[in-house]
Amino acid sequence: MEEGKQMSQSLKNSVTAYSIIKEHFGSAISEFDPNETMPFFEVLDVSRWTEIALFMRDNSKLQFNYLACLSGVDYPAEDKVGIVCNCESLGVFNHKLAVKIKCSRQGGSLPSVAYVWHTANWHEREAFDMYGMTFTGHPDLTRILCPDDWVGHPLLKDYKVQETYHGIKVPY
Amino acid sequence: MGLLDAGITRHNVLVTSVDNVLNWARLSSLWPMGFGLACCAIEMMATNASNYDLERFGIFPRSSPRQSDLMIVAGTVTMKMAERVIRLYEQMPEPRYVLSMGSCSNCGGPYWEHGYHVLKGVDRVIPVDVYVPGCPPRPESLIGGLLKVQELIRMEQIGISRADALKKLYEKPVDPQFIIERDRQASKA
Repeated sequence: MEEGKQMSQSLKNSVTAYSIIKEHFGSAISEFDPNETMPFFEVLDVSRWTEIALFMRDNSKLQFNYLACLSGVDYPAEDKVGIVCNCESLGVFNHKLAVKIKCSRQGGSLPSVAYVWHTANWHEREAFDMYGMTFTGHPDLTRILCPDDWVGHPLLKDYKVQETYHGIKVPY
Repeated sequence: MGLLDAGITRHNVLVTSVDNVLNWARLSSLWPMGFGLACCAIEMMATNASNYDLERFGIFPRSSPRQSDLMIVAGTVTMKMAERVIRLYEQMPEPRYVLSMGSCSNCGGPYWEHGYHVLKGVDRVIPVDVYVPGCPPRPESLIGGLLKVQELIRMEQIGISRADALKKLYEKPVDPQFIIERDRQASKA
């Protein structure tokens, strides 16, 4: 953040929350990005994501009890796909933090947090449906919007729609 | 339109052809299947409700395809839904009519290029008789489309195919106002 710029109270709260996580996990997570819109950090050691999520939920000074959203993102330049989790501590501290986790674009997998926040159950299925990354430990990882026998993952930047589906022409 | 507008009084005897009576009966009780797929369905429900009052045309939604004459495809048909639409169409008894309502079911509408999950026109899976343009069409447009279906039924005869009836409709479209006036004049005599 640029020197002399005033931080908003909500950003200060996010910084405090981040420093507690950083203290506990050290190099497993990246540096903090203190932007005003969506302050976030990235999980570098992907295998520890579930552990970090549980810590964020259960630590008495963090209490991220609410997963507001879980979105998928395609990063073709880095040859990666990932998710962004918007966590909030609703009604307790009212601080918020976003967490980014990335994996390989071809057959990549991420640990599931469906048992940490139940919101993640359907959202992870949606991310899988649209981007194709798998979530290890998910109770029911099937497509949620597209039909089960759909080919490809529609929100990938290089997605090409299939010619026919059950004999019906798909493209215009 | 026609018989009732003519004002039958004094226990008159009416002489007409069987085709006319059958068609009059069928077009005066055109029962659509009560199902909607997207925002067009809201306009369809508004048309059914008291402001536009479809029941004055004898049009009244049925809750089973087996009791329906008409399928109003009101809204975006997704690839998943397309197969269900085919199933419902096949469950309707003949003669059955299909009215495609709105841009989405006509041709894919705003989803024509990037809507990977949208069927680009319901006529790819079932035969459509009348297309109503609009996004969504106003109730007046839908009523216009339904009157077009009624005109199509009026064109039908025992022994001619649907394609011939559509051709007849295309060649000599009926002006309802003219028929009303003509029948009113005739009933006075």
